[in-house]
Amino acid sequence: MIRPFEFNEFLFLLTAVQWTLALSALAFLGGSIAGLCIALARTSTVKPLRYAAGGYIQVFQGTPLLMQLFLVFFGANVLGFDINPWIAAALGLTLNAGAFLGEIWRGCIEAVPKGQWEAATALGLRYAGRMRYVVLPQALKIAIPPTVGFLVQLIKSTSLTAIIGFTELTRAGQIINNATFKPFLVFGIVAALYFVMCWPLSLLSGHLERRFAAPAR
Amino acid sequence: MDYQFQFGDVFASSEELLAGAWLTIQLSGSAMLIGLAVAVACALVKTSGPKPARWLVNGYVEVIRNTPFLVQIFLIFFGLPSLGLRLSPYEAALVAMVVNVGAYATEIIRAGIESIQKGQVEAGMALGLSKLQVFRHVVLIPALRAVYPALTSQFILLMLTSSVVSAISAEELTSVANDIQSQTFRSFEIYIVVTVMYLVMSLMFSALFAGIYRAVFSYADRR
Repeated sequence: MIRPFEFNEFLFLLTAVQWTLALSALAFLGGSIAGLCIALARTSTVKPLRYAAGGYIQVFQGTPLLMQLFLVFFGANVLGFDINPWIAAALGLTLNAGAFLGEIWRGCIEAVPKGQWEAATALGLRYAGRMRYVVLPQALKIAIPPTVGFLVQLIKSTSLTAIIGFTELTRAGQIINNATFKPFLVFGIVAALYFVMCWPLSLLSGHLERRFAAPAR
Repeated sequence: MDYQFQFGDVFASSEELLAGAWLTIQLSGSAMLIGLAVAVACALVKTSGPKPARWLVNGYVEVIRNTPFLVQIFLIFFGLPSLGLRLSPYEAALVAMVVNVGAYATEIIRAGIESIQKGQVEAGMALGLSKLQVFRHVVLIPALRAVYPALTSQFILLMLTSSVVSAISAEELTSVANDIQSQTFRSFEIYIVVTVMYLVMSLMFSALFAGIYRAVFSYADRR
C-alpha cells in the first residue's frame, strides 16, 4: 500500500538526522584517536612504525569505504562476534577516518618548522615533551581548517552505512521512499538535510583557511 | 576461531570479477573524461562568466560537494523516472559519477586557472591571439598541467567511490561481488579478494599517472 508523504514522514527523516550526527560524532572521536596514533607513527624516527603507518594509510585510502564496511561487518561474524550495525558502522568509519586524519595531521606536524624541533631538543625536552609542549600545539592550529573540512567528508560517508543496514538518514529515506513512492521528493529532502549539516562546515573550513593563511602572507 | 576460509568459490568466479573490474575502470574512465569537459566549462564560467551563470555553477558545485554520493545516485536512478526519464543502472551510474566528479574537478581546475599569472594572458593578447586561443593555449593547458596531480588523485577517488553504484546494481566490481556473495555465502572471502583488487587498481593507476607525468610534464620542473 502506498502511503502519502505527510508531516509524519518528514518527521521520521528529521529524527534520522540525529543518528547520522551521532554516528558522525562517534566516528570522529574514534578517528581522531586512531588518526593521532597514525600521524605520530608516520612522523616518528622508528622505521618500522613509519612503514606500518604508511601501509595502513595506503590500504585505507586505496580501497573503497564500502568494502571496508563490508569487511568489518562480515569479518566480525566470521570471528564469531554477533556484531550489531551500530558497532560495525562506527568501527568501519573509525578505521577509515583514522587513515585520512592521520595523513592530514602528518602534514600539519611536518609543517611545524624544523628549528622548533631542534630548539625543543636543545632545551632538553624528550620526545613526549617536545610533542606536547612545542610541536603539537603549533600543528593543531594548522590542522583546524582541513580537519573541519574532513568532517564534511565524514558526515557524507556515514550514508554508506545504510548499505550494511544501519538506520541513519539515507536508510530512513529508503524506508520512506518504499512506503510513499515519491523518490524525487524524499531523496530531495534527504539531500537537503545533508546539505544543511555539511554546508556550514564547508564555509567554516574555507573561512578558517583564509584567516589562518593571512598572517603568513 | 574455527572459521574455515574457502576461497574456491571466489576463484571459480574470477572471470566475472575481472569483467566487473574492467567495467569499473571503463565507467570511471568515461565519467572522468566527460566530467573534465563539464568541469572545464564550469571553471571557465566561474572565472569569467556573467554573474547569474556564476551563481548557477557555484550552486551546482556546493550542492554536490555537500551531499553524499549515494543520495545523488538515488535521486538520479529513482527520481528521474518520476520525471519521465528512465535510465538503466549503468547509465544512471555514469550520469551520477559525471555530475559528482564534475563538481570536484571544477574547483580543481578553477584553482589551476587562477594560478596562471595575468601577464601571461596579456602577453597572449599582445601576440594577437584570439580570446579563445589565449584560453586554450595560455591558460587551460598550463592550468591542467599545474593541477595534474590533483586531478589524477581525483580519478582514483572516483574509482573507489564507484563501488557505491553497486547500490543500484550497475554490474561493476562491487555489484559482481554482491552477486557472487548471495550465491555462495562466502562473504568475507569475496570482499577480501575484491578489496585487494581495488587496492591493486589504485596502485596501478597512481603508478601509471606518475609515469605519464614524468614523460609528459616533467620539463616544467627542470626550469
